[in-house]
Amino acid sequence: MVVQALVFYGLAFVAVASGVMVVVSRNPVHSVLFLILAFFNAAGLFVLMGAEFLAMILIVVYVGAVAVLFLFVVMMLDINFVELRQGFLRYLPIGTLIGLVLLAELILVVGGWTVAPEVPQALGTPIPPPNEVSNIDALGRLIYTRYVLLFQISGLVLLIAMIGAIVLTLRSRVGVKKQSIETQNARDPADVIKVIKVTRGGGV
Amino acid sequence: MAESNFWVDYILPLLLIVGYIAAIVVPVLLVVAVVTYGERKIWAAMQYRKGPNVVGPFGLFQPLADGLKLLMKETIIPTGANRILFIMAPMIMFALGLIGWAVIPFDTHLVLADINVGILYLFAVSSLGVYGIIIAGWASNSKYGFLGAMRSAAQMVSYEVSIGFVLVTVMLAAGSLNLSDIVEAQKGLWFFIPLAPMFIIYFISALAETNRTPFDLPEAEGELVAGYQVEYSAMTWALFMLGEYANIVLLSGLCVILFLGGWLPPFHVEPFIWIPGVVWFIAKTAFVIFLFTWVRATMPRYRYDQLMRLGWKVFLPASLAWVVITAGAMHLFGWMPQ
Repeated sequence: MVVQALVFYGLAFVAVASGVMVVVSRNPVHSVLFLILAFFNAAGLFVLMGAEFLAMILIVVYVGAVAVLFLFVVMMLDINFVELRQGFLRYLPIGTLIGLVLLAELILVVGGWTVAPEVPQALGTPIPPPNEVSNIDALGRLIYTRYVLLFQISGLVLLIAMIGAIVLTLRSRVGVKKQSIETQNARDPADVIKVIKVTRGGGV
Repeated sequence: MAESNFWVDYILPLLLIVGYIAAIVVPVLLVVAVVTYGERKIWAAMQYRKGPNVVGPFGLFQPLADGLKLLMKETIIPTGANRILFIMAPMIMFALGLIGWAVIPFDTHLVLADINVGILYLFAVSSLGVYGIIIAGWASNSKYGFLGAMRSAAQMVSYEVSIGFVLVTVMLAAGSLNLSDIVEAQKGLWFFIPLAPMFIIYFISALAETNRTPFDLPEAEGELVAGYQVEYSAMTWALFMLGEYANIVLLSGLCVILFLGGWLPPFHVEPFIWIPGVVWFIAKTAFVIFLFTWVRATMPRYRYDQLMRLGWKVFLPASLAWVVITAGAMHLFGWMPQ
């Protein structure tokens, strides 16, 4: 128990600290790397709770794919951060105002939080004991039976977003030479390759 | 009384774990050394050369000599480089090549961490491999290194998608994410027979994932000098190499577990079951590593657009279709594992 508590505080502290570093570090690449560290600690916290499936998915999806693209983009961009910071003081009041409004909204939302009447019932429905059913099994049962509609809809939303991104960026430029695989495969070596017997010193 | 509990409850397990880890890491590093030697010998044989034959009998100590040479050399850090990240990148690469071994089952119950999500853990570890390369490329502040890193990031992200689908098919067929269970599920029939197309896709994607020929564009020595490792020297470079080879051995081991029946003998009859499972596992892994080497000795390098086309337009649809076919067939014929 002591070890668990120690590990928890260690992970939580590093997660929060790296979250702060994401915001304050000067170099955007360092920010992304700290973000990755935060993801790792979150995954560690999931493992500590016994949600090993979520932990692994968090690493595969966020660290393995999303953060790679982040890093990719941040490294490619050539942002001058000194220039970006110049307007900092001028925009500070507006930023603070927006921040305060958001904070007030959050407080109002959380303050008005009540537990829906059917929740105690839902909690009463048998949740399989964790030492009998692995959490992959439990999640699968829940997602593909009770929440199958929501699950499918969120999948569709992602699909539409993906198609949208492709449609928005797809443009055929003129004057770009592209290899047409079909024509390439349709070529017959006999038609395009000529074997010439070259005499010594004679040239072609 | 309390003190003795402290020693028995905390320190003893800790020491045991450290012992287990050493018992895995040291042989893995030895295997890596042997693989570098074996690889050079195999290429030499395929190219009518002799290969390393000076240091020790049959040149067997060549890896040791290489290691010693790299250890003695000077580590040069370029002036424009980001020092911390520059040193960190090879360490990440090396560590990632080793931590995957924690979940690999060498025999029945011979596994360090028999976790429920073993296959996902390995997938996560292999998806992190790109960080070592991309950080190295960026931190060395060199255009060749950076170009290599960019290429490798795009390449690894692309091929990971099809590897993911291959893993999903194997999970479906085995009905578990635990690597030991996956091996046990192959007792009657190794998965490379019913899942033959996935086996091929996995093997080729593994080549791309480890940046090996014909997909070694990140280090394409003809155009990028050596890609992401161009600024690295001595031990930092050696760590990259060790990590790369440990990764190759790891993905070969995973290939054996997923498709070639892990530690299981080919037939459950007399002479085969006398041989212990570990030997079968090592022999099969060695065979897959030989395939990796064979490909490198015979294939030319892909062009970049061909590489992307193969990943996104051939492997992705093919593996997706095979997931659907497998799931459909299993549901239809009632082959679902319980």
